[in-house]
Amino acid sequence: METKRFDNEVENQWCPGCSNFGILKALKTTLSELGKRPDEVCIVSGIGQAAKLPHYLNCNFFNGLHGRAIPVATGIHAANPELTTLVVTGDGDCYGEGGNHFLHMMRRNPDICVIIHNNELYALTKGQASPTTPLGEKRTLPAGLVENRPLNMLGVAIIHDTGFVARGFAGQIDHLAGLFKEGISHKGLSIIEVIQPCITWGGQPASRYKERVRELDDNYDAGDRLAAMETVLHEKGTVPVGVLYRGSQRPVFAERYRTQVSDRPMYEFVSTDDAVMMNTLNRYKSA
Amino acid sequence: MEIMDIQILIAGSAGEGIQTIGDLLGKVMQTQGYSLFTWQEFESRIRGGQNSYRLRISETPKNAPREEADILLGMNPEASKKYLPFLKDNGILVSEFNDDMDNTITIPFSELSREEFGKKIFANTIAIGAVCGMLGVEKSVFSRILEDTFSRKGTSVVETNQQAALKGYDLAKEACGDKCTWRLPKRWADYYVIPGHEAVSLASIYAGCRFIAAYPMSPSTGIITWLSRNEKEFGVFSEQAEDEIAAINMAIGAGFAGARAMTATSGGGFALMAEGISLAGMTETPVVIVLAQRPGPATGLPTRTAQGDLLFAINAGHGEFPRLVMAPANAEDAFHKTVKAFNLAEKYQIPVILLTDQFLADSQFSYEQFAHNKIPPEYYRSDPGAFDNYRRYDVSVENGVSPRLFPGQSAHLVGADSDEHNERGHITEDLSGEAIRMSNKRMDKMGALQREIDLPEQQSVSSADTVLVGWGSTREAILESLDLLNAKDFRVGMMHFTELWPPPDVSFSGDKKYIVVEGNATGQLEQLLRAQYGLVAAGHVRRWDGLPITADYIAEKVLNDGNETV
Repeated sequence: METKRFDNEVENQWCPGCSNFGILKALKTTLSELGKRPDEVCIVSGIGQAAKLPHYLNCNFFNGLHGRAIPVATGIHAANPELTTLVVTGDGDCYGEGGNHFLHMMRRNPDICVIIHNNELYALTKGQASPTTPLGEKRTLPAGLVENRPLNMLGVAIIHDTGFVARGFAGQIDHLAGLFKEGISHKGLSIIEVIQPCITWGGQPASRYKERVRELDDNYDAGDRLAAMETVLHEKGTVPVGVLYRGSQRPVFAERYRTQVSDRPMYEFVSTDDAVMMNTLNRYKSA
Repeated sequence: MEIMDIQILIAGSAGEGIQTIGDLLGKVMQTQGYSLFTWQEFESRIRGGQNSYRLRISETPKNAPREEADILLGMNPEASKKYLPFLKDNGILVSEFNDDMDNTITIPFSELSREEFGKKIFANTIAIGAVCGMLGVEKSVFSRILEDTFSRKGTSVVETNQQAALKGYDLAKEACGDKCTWRLPKRWADYYVIPGHEAVSLASIYAGCRFIAAYPMSPSTGIITWLSRNEKEFGVFSEQAEDEIAAINMAIGAGFAGARAMTATSGGGFALMAEGISLAGMTETPVVIVLAQRPGPATGLPTRTAQGDLLFAINAGHGEFPRLVMAPANAEDAFHKTVKAFNLAEKYQIPVILLTDQFLADSQFSYEQFAHNKIPPEYYRSDPGAFDNYRRYDVSVENGVSPRLFPGQSAHLVGADSDEHNERGHITEDLSGEAIRMSNKRMDKMGALQREIDLPEQQSVSSADTVLVGWGSTREAILESLDLLNAKDFRVGMMHFTELWPPPDVSFSGDKKYIVVEGNATGQLEQLLRAQYGLVAAGHVRRWDGLPITADYIAEKVLNDGNETV
């Protein structure tokens, strides 16, 4: 697939050979295959290696503060529903610094696709433990081995009946692009966690991930919430990838406003006119 | 003839309906053609405690609080006791409990309600009638207000309330004898009566605001509540955020996408927003932040008033970036300042902070005229067609203001970064080139921004030898204190700031005494004046007990030579 319209000339700051390049390629392919134009797309990120991705993809972007991509994206999406709004974030950015926003995003169900690069550590700050670091790993922080249990945020997403919950692997670009395509096309919130081995700080060789990744088989019913919970709770040494869960249809964030008030981009609005203001202020008189 | 100026103090526990009584009495006074000023002070609880609702009634607007009342309506014995020190020597206490004091009117509201109307719930209406009787209001006026208020509940509810009010009215008149000398005949004036924070909400719709995200926090919550309640009519999208960090980031996202966006909070929430304010500065995204002050530190006194966040507002956010900080004086000023906030936030692509407080938020102000368009909304939008090669952060611009387009508006791509960035918004570490040029471009806004700042208002300054200097919501109290002090042969004037950052281009005279009046313990304006203008104040009047500064308070402290002890 030709992805040239999403290429740009910004110098890439990732380590040579980083698995983030696979995710970037999958995303460019997806956007091209969906027939998107760069100006229709807005990618929002926070801070971390994953959060640098919007710089390397030719589109609108907002690279905000650590952990705060989701509320910024929520505001952008409310103000201009015509944009295809994506969040690209990492395990530290999204589950650590921005954990509260991640939870409340599930309540809101905005029409946003959130892609979480999960490398199970902090890379840009040099190898500390993250909210998803497995127990017993050795990291540059904390001292000793990791004692705090990792979060299972895909489980949290399933509990909250998120419309589309998937996991992919940065080493399977075509499969990943398939998940991105479905996630972006899904009306409502989609959460896609991508297993992204860190070649610089990771404790295991990338091949170790590859060996454990298992595509969900054809009989898997992503509509079955308990089966989905079972899948993310009992991974038995394997890492299932694919669409883990498809939640029930429910109203999308700001849908009522768009139906009852306006579905136009908010930059089109201007001030309330003088006659309306005078009438409104007259309500504060007694007559 | 003495100028009419009546203070009514309604005191009671939360849940006893003093808000309803105050609002209804206010409507009666307004309908009767009088100017009305109200303010409230209350505890942070839904039931119990002792709270007060004050009304000031006059023929022309007197939009300032006073310490003492002519009539104290006590809804329970503790309320009467707590607020008795605020009753004038010749004032009258009206309550349902026997009291052997002089100047007391006893009307058993609850007992009467049960006996005459079968239920206790008409006690408050009897009390309203009683106050109307004491003031000599025409009966037809409060009957009509009660009809308007209760018509949704059916004619029998309306009629019982009207009878209850009449009962209170007649009993009070009888009990008054010659003690009540007030008369409020119908006047043909019709004032606008506008609550402080409602003026902010009203102005935001006029200014084209389309987005508000906020987390509920007293005393700021009324702003998003009003906009949300009126969503269909005025089209402002409102979202209750999970925390203040989310609130400001949502507003910044909406602003980036082209909505005129705002948030509102109080000190603690503003502390959480500090990082976001810095983000708005760096990404040059317009956002309006209402900081409704209450006493701190930490949770402080959640429902009380203060002016304790001036230096915090000026300095909040890491790093250096231009911002505008304004502190409206009253409801009318809050309206115009809000429009100016949206205009300048967009013109300079900066965060703008509006410093209000609980006193301003919850007070109602009267105006004979209300010219909403004194400061009209202005838009500073670029035409996408004007660019071949669009750069969001073009450094070759005047005053540091680069053309702002929105994502999705045209084929031009728009990027923003919290990292230092180049003209297209991409990360840069080119310290001697792109990075320093971008930093300089942002700071270039300061000069032009400073020229937009209004100078402080001056009243009677040239003839004064002492000048009271204040800021924000204390304006009306300071102004009134000039009269009290002039009556004691003080030659005083007022200098009042409503636009505080960037500091206005103003000078102070070497042969006048300046006394700084403000609602905090450390003298924040005083510190600012010393830092910016080298002014060494001769004294100060400070209040930090959670109550508003009044003319009485200022006059007393000035007469006692600036002794600021609360």
